[in-house]
Amino acid sequence: MYRYDGFDREFVHARVAQFRQQVERRIKGSLTEEEFKPLRLMNGLYLQLHAYMLRVAIPYGTLQSRQMRQLAYIAERWDKGYGHFTTRQNIQFNWPRLKDVPDILDALADVEMHAIQTSGNCVRNVTADHFAGAADDEIADPRPTAELLRQWSTDHPEFAFLPRKFKIAVSGSPIDRAVTRAHDIGLRMIRNVVGEPGYEVCVGGGLGRTPMIGSVIRDFLPEADLLPYIESILQVYNAIGRRDNIYKARIKITVSEHGIEAFRESVEQRFRIQRETFAGEHQALLARIGAMFAAPVWIEAPTGAFDAALARDPVFRSFVDTNLHPHRNPDYAIVTISLKAHGATPGDATAEQMRVIAGLAERYGHDEIRISHEQNCILPHVHKRDVPAVHAALREAGLATANVGLASDIIACPGMDYCNLATARSIPIAQDIATRMKERGDERHIGDLKIKISGCINACGHHHVGHIGILGLDRAGVENYQITLGGDGTETAALGERAGPGFAADDVVPAVERLIDTYLELRSDDDEAFLATYRRVGMRPFKAALYPDTAAAAGR
Amino acid sequence: MARAFRPSILTANDLLDGDVVYLARDGAWTRRSAEARLFEDEDEANRSLAAAESQEDAVVGPYLAAAVPGGQLGPEPVHIREALRATGPTNYCHGKQTGR
Ligand code: HEM
Ligand code: SF4
Repeated sequence: MYRYDGFDREFVHARVAQFRQQVERRIKGSLTEEEFKPLRLMNGLYLQLHAYMLRVAIPYGTLQSRQMRQLAYIAERWDKGYGHFTTRQNIQFNWPRLKDVPDILDALADVEMHAIQTSGNCVRNVTADHFAGAADDEIADPRPTAELLRQWSTDHPEFAFLPRKFKIAVSGSPIDRAVTRAHDIGLRMIRNVVGEPGYEVCVGGGLGRTPMIGSVIRDFLPEADLLPYIESILQVYNAIGRRDNIYKARIKITVSEHGIEAFRESVEQRFRIQRETFAGEHQALLARIGAMFAAPVWIEAPTGAFDAALARDPVFRSFVDTNLHPHRNPDYAIVTISLKAHGATPGDATAEQMRVIAGLAERYGHDEIRISHEQNCILPHVHKRDVPAVHAALREAGLATANVGLASDIIACPGMDYCNLATARSIPIAQDIATRMKERGDERHIGDLKIKISGCINACGHHHVGHIGILGLDRAGVENYQITLGGDGTETAALGERAGPGFAADDVVPAVERLIDTYLELRSDDDEAFLATYRRVGMRPFKAALYPDTAAAAGR
Repeated sequence: MARAFRPSILTANDLLDGDVVYLARDGAWTRRSAEARLFEDEDEANRSLAAAESQEDAVVGPYLAAAVPGGQLGPEPVHIREALRATGPTNYCHGKQTGR
């Protein structure tokens, strides 16, 4: 696990001390809000609808138990006893008071966490596959790369004021669980024909107002060229990215306005110069970082307890079915803890739940926890013999919901219940769909289905890449929900297609059910997932199901 | 073209805890929308807004939000966003609802 060195620690504490003084000056009135706002945003502090909100980075989604316990402590001491895990591998506290924020930041710094660069037009928290270092399908652990990028980008003077925010994601597996194609830069670790490690580099992906799937700018970048190449991309973007119009400022617009070929040419030109200026130091650093992410010492023990529980207990069986993923060590499993109990707020965890998860990680999971962009928690390394005990403990804590990857495992942004920019609520829609799925009782039969909900076009809830995407809009002061179909955030990335006119809040659940029922009728067999059926049959039958009146009228 | 003025309440967030506040009939800031003053007159509303904007040490981001007189419960905000600000989030009894 990466541990801060002396420099990191001093840097973070010094930033907190600075911010403490700024908060004091703001409270005394010697700083105006206009002066203070950029300062607080630099420290992850937003003002939302009902309160301040503090956004804390969880670099590449990795946490240790002591960090999780500290988040629990913060939630209890300074917030309302819970936290919200987001699609960006951050945690948001929804109710901190201004004067307490420096204390919260100090408490975070004590466990090597912070809120730096969780806001503003800089390189944001670098995200990675939440199964990093554990998945059986992985080529290499993406976290050393993410950590190298984090260190390089933190407080980088040249890139503190980019045209707009900048998001980088890294995947170490051909199975893309990090949505790399919807990031400003998406990196996929690959090997070239002679087996050397490197990256496929994508640029110009993004969601929001103008969603785009990233384009490959380099199909093989040798590992040693990573920083000079990324720096070249940022330099070109910094120079030619638009600053005249905030809606055209993201790199996706720069790339699409100039064309990927011209953009690539500019980057390659910069890169030829950049590469000379980079000494080999960052490669030595990458090696040092890599060593810190070495795999734990695996336990060697029989897995009989697992097989026995599987044979005996149907509840355990269904948990294993959905919430376990194959581990690179066949005696181990990756256990996903769903934060999507039917009817609960997606991504929320109470302090008590955080402590349970911390305890399980410590006792059974080599002290590692991950947060996924799908707003769930993961124990990446659990020996199979311990999975029954983990499951039993999760059941006791109300955390054993066996729905990972199913219709009720919904991503939802905070929406208008919290967010200042929202045009509609997302949480109650997610709650209603999940509750209905439980009543129907057939979500296992339905199978793999990703529903993603955003409360405005900023798309924090990833709706464009949901198999069913739901976007909340404001139609003359009334919440209205637009449905998109066929989105995909994985290695076969695609943007969802708009189905038609929006639905009133009360009509969303029935509309989703009509889509599901249509799919069940149309699928070739039980193994054909919703997305595959959609790709095979297209929009038409789904559209007809969504708008039966229009379809009937057209048929008349 | 200036938008036609609609009767409004004056609202902001409290500097210290971010809670939603309203300018009350007695000129103080209140946390209850029911106690908010409903401005029927545009000039008066704008004067109060300007005064609120200078209270940097008390509130953040004051603005006028359309509202209707409502009944005994006092002015009711028109837009759903303002309705949510007045009551708190839907998913928990965590916001202003707790005080009710
Ligand atoms: C204080 C609340 C938030 C604010 C003010 C906010 C603001 C924004 C804005 C303005 C955009 C659009 C950026 C663009 O198109 O240039 C955006 C995109 C996004 N945000 Fe948020 N957001 C908030 C909360 C969240 C939360 C809770 C999540 C995670 C659940 C999140 C994750 C994302 C993601 C994934 C995107 C789209 C990816 C992209 O940048 O293209 N945000 N956000
Ligand atoms: S999508 Fe819109 S409503 Fe949802 S969190 Fe992002 S900015 Fe807020």
